[in-house]
Amino acid sequence: MTRADRLDPGVERALDAAWREHWGRLLAVLIGRFRRVELAEEALAEAYARAAERWCVDGVPDNPPAWLLTVAGRRALDLLRGEAVAGRRFPLLVVDPVEQGEPEPDPDDRVPDDRLRLILLCCHPALAQPAQIALALRLVLGVDTDEIARLFLVSHPTMSARLTRAKRKIARAGLPLRLPGPDRLAERLDAAVRAAYLGFTAGYAPGSGPDLLRVDLAGETIRLTRVLAVLAPDRPVITALLALMVLQHARRDARVRDGRLVVLADQDRAHWHRTELAEGLSLWGAVPRSTGLAEELRLQGWIAAEHARAARAQDTDWTSIAALYARLEELTGSPVVRLNRAVAVAEARGPRAGLALLDGLDGLLPHSHRLPAVEADLLHRAGEVSAARQAYGLAITRAGNEIERQHLRDRLAELDLRRSS
Amino acid sequence: MKYLVLLAGYGDSPAWSELSEAEQEHDLQRFHAFSEACRERDGVEILAGEALGEGDVATTLCTPRGGEMVVTDGPFAEAAEQIGGFYLVEVPDLDVLIELCRELPPYVIDLRPVLDLAE
Repeated sequence: MTRADRLDPGVERALDAAWREHWGRLLAVLIGRFRRVELAEEALAEAYARAAERWCVDGVPDNPPAWLLTVAGRRALDLLRGEAVAGRRFPLLVVDPVEQGEPEPDPDDRVPDDRLRLILLCCHPALAQPAQIALALRLVLGVDTDEIARLFLVSHPTMSARLTRAKRKIARAGLPLRLPGPDRLAERLDAAVRAAYLGFTAGYAPGSGPDLLRVDLAGETIRLTRVLAVLAPDRPVITALLALMVLQHARRDARVRDGRLVVLADQDRAHWHRTELAEGLSLWGAVPRSTGLAEELRLQGWIAAEHARAARAQDTDWTSIAALYARLEELTGSPVVRLNRAVAVAEARGPRAGLALLDGLDGLLPHSHRLPAVEADLLHRAGEVSAARQAYGLAITRAGNEIERQHLRDRLAELDLRRSS
Repeated sequence: MKYLVLLAGYGDSPAWSELSEAEQEHDLQRFHAFSEACRERDGVEILAGEALGEGDVATTLCTPRGGEMVVTDGPFAEAAEQIGGFYLVEVPDLDVLIELCRELPPYVIDLRPVLDLAE
C-alpha cells in the first residue's frame, strides 16, 4: 500500500486502523459475494487506494468499513464486466448457499463466521502445508505478498507462485468456503492451529538463513491466532496454542545478544516481557486438561510456564519439566520431545541420565543438529571431552543457520580451552 | 463439480484375489455403504464406477518425444500404487466428496477434479 507523503495524519491513522481491523472481514464478505479470491483482493486493494485519495478531500467517513465495502463491491462489478467483454471465464468458489443473496451494507452486522470460514479455507488440509499459513496471513490479515515473502525468507516470485497455486487449487478442486459441520469443525480447527503453530515455529526458531529470529513472523501468527480465538471462542486447542506462543514469544529479546544465540540458562530474564508472560500464564491457566493436540499444546505451554515462573535459571524446576516431557513423549511419541526430555532429565538428575535417553535417537533424527549438540554438551559435562568434541563437529556440519553454527563453534572452543588449561 | 475418484492399494497390500472371503465381503459392504451415502445425499450422483483388472493384466503405452508408441506389459504406476478401481462422481464440493469417501475401504484415494476446458 503506497500513500502520498502529504497524507493527513488523521486520514493515515484511519486508513491504518481500517486495514488492521477490517481487511480480513471485508475480504471474507467480498469472497463470499463474488466467489473469487483474486478478484475480491484486487477490488478491495483498489478500494483502500481510493480511500487514500478521497478521505483527504472528503474527510474520513462515519463508517469506514461500509464505505470501503461499497467501493470494493462496485470495483468488483467493473472488473467482472471487463472480463465478460473479453470473454474470460474463471472457476467460482463453492460458497455456502445461505451466504448468497442480498449484499449487506454494514459489515459489522455480519456474524464472525465470515472470517472463520476464510481461515479454515486457507488452512484446509488439501492445500500444501507451506502455503496454508502464508495464505491465511495474506487473506485474513492483509499482509502484503512482499512482506510474507520476507517473513518466510523466500523471494517474492516464489511466495507469489505459492499463493497463486493455493488459490488456484481452491477454485479448481472445489474447496468450499463454508463452515464445516460440527462433527468436522474440531478437526479443521486443529488443522488451522497446526498451520499457525508451524508459522510460529518458523518465526521462533528457523532452521536456516541468516536471521536467528523472525520475530515479525511469530508476531503475525500470534495476531492470526488471536483472531481465531475470537472467532471460535472457548476452544482449548486455540487457547492452549495462544498461551504457548505468548509465553515463548515473551522471551524473544533475550535470545540473541550481539548477534549470538543465548541459551535459556544464560538469558537475561530482565529482557523477558513480564506483562506478556503474565498474559501467557493467565491464558494457560484457563486451558483444561484434555486430549490430542489441545493436550499436547497444554503440556508444552506448561513447560514454558515453568520457565516463566523461575526468577533465575537456577530456580527452574527441572524435575517437573522432565516429568512433563515424559507425559508429552507418551502422548506424541516424538523423538524431538525425547531430545528435550533428555535435556531436562540431565538438569534434574545429571548428564549420564540425560545421555541414556539419547540412545538410538540418531536414527530417528538423522539430520538434526540439535541432537549432536545436546549430546556434546552432556558428554562434556560427564567428562567425556573427546567424544564431546566429535559430537560438536557433527552438530556444526548439520547446523543450517550461521548464528547456531557460531554458537556451536564457541562451545567447541570452550571445550578446548578447558582442556588445555 | 465432477471428480474422478481413483482407488489405489499400497505396494504391499494384497490384491483383491488374495483377500479372504471375509475380507472381500467386508470391502464389498464398504462399497455398498458408499453408494448408499451418495444416493442419500443431495446434489451427489455416481456417474460411473468400476473395479479394474490388477496390475498383472495392465498394459502401458509410452510415446517418447519424437518417437514411436511403445507397448509394454504391466501398469504405469509408482512402485507403491496399484489402481484397483474408480468412480466418476458429481458432487457439490470437495468436502462433501471427502466425507463420502470415508465410507470406502481404506485405499489410497486420489481425487481429481474434472476440468471444464472452457475455463
